[in-house]
Amino acid sequence: MELMLEQVPIVIRSLNVGFLQTLKLFFVTLLGAVPLGLAIAFGSMSRFRPLSYFTKIVVWIIRGTPLMIQLLIIYYFPGLVLGKPIWGGGESGRFLAASVSFIFNYACYFSEIYRGGIQSVPVGQEEAGLVLGMTRSQIFFKVTLLQMIKRIVPPMSNEIITLVKDTSLARIIALQEIIWAGQAFMKGSQGISGAIWPMFFTAVYYLIFSGILTVLLGRLEKKLDYFR
Amino acid sequence: MAILEAEHICKSFDHTEVLKDISFSLEEGQVLSIIGSSGSGKTTLLRCLNFLERPDSGVIRVCGETIFDGNDKTTLQESEIRKKRLHFGLVFQAFHLFPQYTALQNVMLAKELLAKEQPDYKARKREIHEEIRVLAEELLRQMGLTDRMHNYPHQLSGGQCQRVAIARALALKPDILCFDEPTSALDPELTGEVLKVMKELAEQKTTMIIVTHEMAFARDVASHVIFMDDGYILEQGTPRQVFEESHEERTRQFLSRFTQG
Repeated sequence: MELMLEQVPIVIRSLNVGFLQTLKLFFVTLLGAVPLGLAIAFGSMSRFRPLSYFTKIVVWIIRGTPLMIQLLIIYYFPGLVLGKPIWGGGESGRFLAASVSFIFNYACYFSEIYRGGIQSVPVGQEEAGLVLGMTRSQIFFKVTLLQMIKRIVPPMSNEIITLVKDTSLARIIALQEIIWAGQAFMKGSQGISGAIWPMFFTAVYYLIFSGILTVLLGRLEKKLDYFR
Repeated sequence: MAILEAEHICKSFDHTEVLKDISFSLEEGQVLSIIGSSGSGKTTLLRCLNFLERPDSGVIRVCGETIFDGNDKTTLQESEIRKKRLHFGLVFQAFHLFPQYTALQNVMLAKELLAKEQPDYKARKREIHEEIRVLAEELLRQMGLTDRMHNYPHQLSGGQCQRVAIARALALKPDILCFDEPTSALDPELTGEVLKVMKELAEQKTTMIIVTHEMAFARDVASHVIFMDDGYILEQGTPRQVFEESHEERTRQFLSRFTQG
């Protein structure tokens, strides 16, 4: 037990470093997937059939296969099969590959939420805009968008909280996020080996972070309560 | 000269003919009421005038200018249509106010977006914004909503919402203001307050087309009445001609409930 107490600061330091990488992946994914999802949503709603079919097939594939497999394919496929290791070596290469996989995967999920949100805004809103001489983009940005955001906050919160924990999947390509950092003490690192408790500790990080997000997203939801 | 002329308007959805050879005209400052049973094509006709639906054939002229010609594809371009729509205002049965904006913002929004297209917008930005606000406040005052200007739609009664919607349509100064069953979603008390402002608009010689089931209102306020049935104009004329001297059995049948009551 005494030994463990000495180990705590070492483990915490290590987990902090890992969690920083987790946070980085989380925010980069969010930053990329939120706008990309909108583009995909417009693609699948397009009146140009080939585009909407293509988009729907892509969304089906991405949502229909495990993110873990997508990570492996995106990271290893260019190097192993095509002979062109585009990601470069080291942690930064792994981070890039993980970001691309996560952004793409989450954008597909977001796009379906957006599509539902846009389609749930009554068609009368668009018609009212049209007869007032507004252009379609004015109608989208000035009328539809905020109503859509209000409707999608609860399902988006769900996805965002899931993303916090999904970042741990990047462990499969050895991205040094918090799970990787915790696991290192099982295998042996910095004089500590065979320790499982650092892994239990990682849960606390996830729990606190998703708690903060829950509060923030709840506030956003409240903020949009001023209209119905 | 007639402010609006519609000639031989036809419109089908799939294989259902909804409008069959509709022709009528309207003089400036007149009020046209369109009556008829549900499904007779009244709403579709209004939607065609506002380019929410595209007629299959026919001609629509406003102030002598052809704004739609079924045989002339150049009148169908999207960018052109947006400008032509501004000849008409449309008040919907279900209001369709923008919920995230206050009553005042609802009235101002479209006008402000249009103002951005003016060449002198950048130089006179503040001035233009101020003009639009004054106009919107004046319109809402006319609608009896001075103390409701900063409320959101969900804080207003149905009657108040509909009056905001009327002000919103008037803000763009349309040549012709159309109403699609403006009181059908309201209880009798709220109906009264909406009909009252519409009556005032008629007295101010606002050119209006009103699709309505309020027969007394159609008879008393309209200068011209059209009775539609199954996609045709079965009867048209002054309220007296349609309500009291109708030629068609179908018209008398439709109106019997009202005239007896």
